[in-house]
Amino acid sequence: MQRRTLIAAAGGLAAPLVFRHAALGADPIKVVSIHDASGGLDIYGKPMIACIDFAAEEINAAGGLLGRPVQVINYDPQSNIQLYTQFATQAATRDKAAVVHAGITSASREAIRPVLRRYNTLYFYNTQYEGGVCDRNCFCTGSTPAQNVQRLVPYIMQKWGKKVYIVAADYNYGQITSKWVTKYFREGGGDAVAVDFFPLDVTNFGPAIQKIQAARPDMVVSALVGGSHVSFYRQWAAAGMKSRIPMASTTFGGGNESLLLSPEEGDGITCAFSYFQEVDNPANRAFLEKFRAKLGANTPYLGAELAMRSYIGMQLWAEGVRRARTIDRVKVIEALGSGITVDGPPGKTTLDPKTNHVTLDVYVAEVKNRGFNVLQHFPNSPPADTQSVCDLQKEPNANRQVVVDVRI
Amino acid sequence: MDLALATGIQALSGIATLLLISLGLAIVFGMMRVINLAHGEFLMLGAYSAILAVEAGINLWVAMLVVAPLCVGLLGVVVERLVIRRLYGRMVDTMLATWGLSLALVGAVTMIFGNTVAGFSAPLGSVQIGAYSTSGYGLFLIAATLVLLAAVWAVLRFTLAGLVARGTMQNAGMAAALGVPTERVYALSFAAGAAVSGLAGALIAPMSGVVPTMGTAYIARSFITVITGGASMLAGTSSAAGLLGSVNTLGTFATTPVLGEVLMLAIAIVLLRLLPQGITGRFFRRSL
Repeated sequence: MQRRTLIAAAGGLAAPLVFRHAALGADPIKVVSIHDASGGLDIYGKPMIACIDFAAEEINAAGGLLGRPVQVINYDPQSNIQLYTQFATQAATRDKAAVVHAGITSASREAIRPVLRRYNTLYFYNTQYEGGVCDRNCFCTGSTPAQNVQRLVPYIMQKWGKKVYIVAADYNYGQITSKWVTKYFREGGGDAVAVDFFPLDVTNFGPAIQKIQAARPDMVVSALVGGSHVSFYRQWAAAGMKSRIPMASTTFGGGNESLLLSPEEGDGITCAFSYFQEVDNPANRAFLEKFRAKLGANTPYLGAELAMRSYIGMQLWAEGVRRARTIDRVKVIEALGSGITVDGPPGKTTLDPKTNHVTLDVYVAEVKNRGFNVLQHFPNSPPADTQSVCDLQKEPNANRQVVVDVRI
Repeated sequence: MDLALATGIQALSGIATLLLISLGLAIVFGMMRVINLAHGEFLMLGAYSAILAVEAGINLWVAMLVVAPLCVGLLGVVVERLVIRRLYGRMVDTMLATWGLSLALVGAVTMIFGNTVAGFSAPLGSVQIGAYSTSGYGLFLIAATLVLLAAVWAVLRFTLAGLVARGTMQNAGMAAALGVPTERVYALSFAAGAAVSGLAGALIAPMSGVVPTMGTAYIARSFITVITGGASMLAGTSSAAGLLGSVNTLGTFATTPVLGEVLMLAIAIVLLRLLPQGITGRFFRRSL
């Protein structure tokens, strides 16, 4: 009896709350972000989350989208692929997210891409990767080998010579990227004297360093990934190799590796990305000033492109929603295909409707005192690798990752 | 000639690294039959204490050789008091508890120091061997491992504490009946094992990427070494490290890094199939 009255009273109290909520009429637009805030990948994930949150705040400060505020829901998959799938399902079914910005490694992307496609939930992947994803529901806003490697290789060939020794992480990113590096070296009249792959948990690079010395290359290009592989750079410097053979990398800086090394170990390693925090232009200066003002002492070092691409990814999506005047997935995809350009800290980013990849600016930089010194700027680099295998306008139902056949 | 010499040095340095990262685990396992799944995090804490000490202006060698083992050894005392002591003889429970501890330590370090910490580079420069250049610090690591091994052996072999420890290891019940405070022996061995792990972590710090999760890269390797070695903590760990380290290094040389790793694991599996008690279950049975 008493319990029943209590429940009735509670129901009576709760009912007006529900009505009041609906009466506001400005339900937030839900954006789900799934990035690792703990575990081995948090070094990449935390700055990305900070940038997504920052982009949402900017959008809200400017009046939101379609008169509604944007609400970011952050999930932490703890560097665990299983949790990625779980959170992606949750984002689609429970949160009914308008868009999901998620994924760092290619493995995590391939885990959630099919899930979000099945549940018809728009997906943005904002990381530099090996290229080749062909899926109308999935927008890849980071740079790919035809953008970064294509700029890096001619630069280092002209500076250092023609013979390269490639060391790469032993999974799809390293395998594919090493092929691209070889390809561009051959196109420039050079060649790879050897390619070595390393499982992700290798920490002893002594034998590898000696093999490199025996091969006498003009330079080393590294596509190594993760905390264990940072050992390579340290052991390289400890063996006194830094002054003998110069090094370039397709990955160094993406995970703030430069912060882990001392200047004498890191300085001089040359990289190419679509953004470095040190890029000097008015938009970037303004962005960094606002970003620091908001985050204060907790401001992460943005390093190379991953975090900045997340910020740009949010802006591209927001522009798509503004043009579509709805958050309906199909209409937003159509609007995104109408040639959207966002002008921001890394320069101009234009969506390519054929591939759902982006044309962007590429920068070549070298590590200097735990940061980067930007050396060259290449505007408007198209995602030529994915364009060679994917045409979503002809084939809108495509749903695959093509391993671009690198002819070497 | 210089190629052979340089290769030999690399093999030795591979062996030394394996031994170094396994010794602390071997002491705890050999003495107490406790499987410490937080061993990798003890290594990580050793590396962090050395880096933070260097940042605070302490001499690099003091930081690595004194501060790091001291800090992690003290942590070992605390952990033994709070966790291990309550779970003696319950192997599965200990594994679960130390695994939890490892997660907590990774979380705590990430919270306090963030996920990036600026390491220091290896001292001692590089050494020229014919056409090859190798790190002077790598040579120092080999020497340091030998000294550490000799020190542990000398303590066990020649001191009263060592005698008591060996007695407790062989037959704890009998040792207790003879008046040995076995609880204290266990506490001290756990602390000693932790201190050795801390020292190892500090010593490998200049040669590795120091991040809160670095333990995971080392723990599998150290477990394989200790298990392959078997019951005798010094002879077992040394022989297993010698075998696996040289297989790994020479395999990497002759083929690829991937096959080098595969070969090492394959040898470990075959060995455990043939010698389930580890190398010292069959050979050098009466050694330390």
